[in-house]
Amino acid sequence: MTRYYTKDHEWIAVEGNEATVGITDYAQGQLGDITFVELPEAGADVGIGDSASVVDSVKAASDVYAPVSGKVTVVNAALEDEPELVNTDPEGEGWLWKMTLADPAELAGLMDEAAYQAFVAEL
Amino acid sequence: MSDTYEIDRIKEREPAGPLALALDHWHRERGGRMVEFAGYWMPVQFEGIIAEHLWTRSSAGFFDVSHMGQIHVSGAGIEAALEAVLPIDLSTLPLGGVRYSLLLNEAGGILDDLMVSRWGQGFYLVVNGATKWDDLAVLRESLPDGITLNHLEDRALFALQGPKAFDALEPLVSGDYPLSALTFMRGGQFRLGGVEAWISRTGYTGEDGFEISVPAESAAQIADLVCAQPQVKPVGLGARDSLRLEAGLPLYGHDMNEALDPVSADLAFGINKRRRSEGGFPGADVILPLIASGAATRRVGLVIEGRMAAREGAKVLSGDAEVGTVTSGGFSPSLERPIAMAYVPAALAAPGTPLSIDMRGRRLAAQVVPMPFVPHRYHRKGAA
Repeated sequence: MTRYYTKDHEWIAVEGNEATVGITDYAQGQLGDITFVELPEAGADVGIGDSASVVDSVKAASDVYAPVSGKVTVVNAALEDEPELVNTDPEGEGWLWKMTLADPAELAGLMDEAAYQAFVAEL
Repeated sequence: MSDTYEIDRIKEREPAGPLALALDHWHRERGGRMVEFAGYWMPVQFEGIIAEHLWTRSSAGFFDVSHMGQIHVSGAGIEAALEAVLPIDLSTLPLGGVRYSLLLNEAGGILDDLMVSRWGQGFYLVVNGATKWDDLAVLRESLPDGITLNHLEDRALFALQGPKAFDALEPLVSGDYPLSALTFMRGGQFRLGGVEAWISRTGYTGEDGFEISVPAESAAQIADLVCAQPQVKPVGLGARDSLRLEAGLPLYGHDMNEALDPVSADLAFGINKRRRSEGGFPGADVILPLIASGAATRRVGLVIEGRMAAREGAKVLSGDAEVGTVTSGGFSPSLERPIAMAYVPAALAAPGTPLSIDMRGRRLAAQVVPMPFVPHRYHRKGAA
């Protein structure tokens, strides 16, 4: 499994043609207490950069963009009752949705973990 | 307009970039996440908004509100001069009394809301941080010669709010009378940790608590002293906003502004009884008829179904008709559900009225409820 990152602070863990998407620890820290997550519909087609989900914190609502294009297969139903999982375990239990990739070549436009850490260090 | 006035105005113009508060370093050292607010770097949160919010509701939160404007006005004829600017009845404001008032324009619009305290000599005003430069200009223009206006920029202002605020503060103060002599909306001069302090039993969270004005040079010493009390933790702007929203307290620039009148804003209590019959304040010609007839729109509280919060600017609908706008909204940590303030037509302002909110294309079901959303727990005179 390979994990990639976007400049908008999403992560995507890819295995073959399947992927899991969430927001990074840095993102959850910036958002603060998360109170609600609006998830995409399973079966929905998302384009690269589309707003696929909304994360509501006490402070504000923030879009989560699809890191690559594809079809949503499953969403994380646990977030309905426990949106705070995105705070406590953003890159694990707090994942947002799973998807099949439309074009794996799009992954080339994303950062690996080292590049993302360097990017965050500059913020 | 005199040259002197022009010079004053230039000197007091809002600075170009964010300024550092006296406690800037103190906040950063304690992990405060600093954001720009009202022209200052201010902490939006320390350990987290929900935790700080609930701590304030159950114990005591320490807030740095030094961005707010502290102003002292004095001089011969100050009462009449101030009553010409504000719709307040100063004849019923005793020494040490604090009262909510409104700075209005001639059209009846709200330029700011403020607190007025009677000091031994003159009056002490606390105005909003974002509006203080404009307020100072209005006051300088409106108050006659012979009135002295001092912008107390050398003072810091803190709030200590919550059910344990009294227990935390009481051992630290001394004065001519005990801290318990202060009831809601009363203030007095004390020594706090040996430092001269004006302390009033006021605040912006709906809880019992105090606001504390001290010399800026002693700000860090006082903050350390108060926060060393086991009941107290520092709280940022984020929780200040969610606390005041739950308390149904409007925020200037959001729930009221220059285009809104105090009757629509449900702030007509800021126009004191004698002034309603006598008038003689800015905007009286517009506001007094509105008090008699009622305003066409009203500020109301809304509770929202589900967990998605409605945010400022979202449209309010009745059926499919757009009828109003959300002016403040967010998740209520105490009620664990989203709440909001909005302006709606008077006919739709009754508690129980079903409405909906368009939030990013989603329709959220909402209902008008009485405010405050969370009951006030002020320490009123005569109460147990």
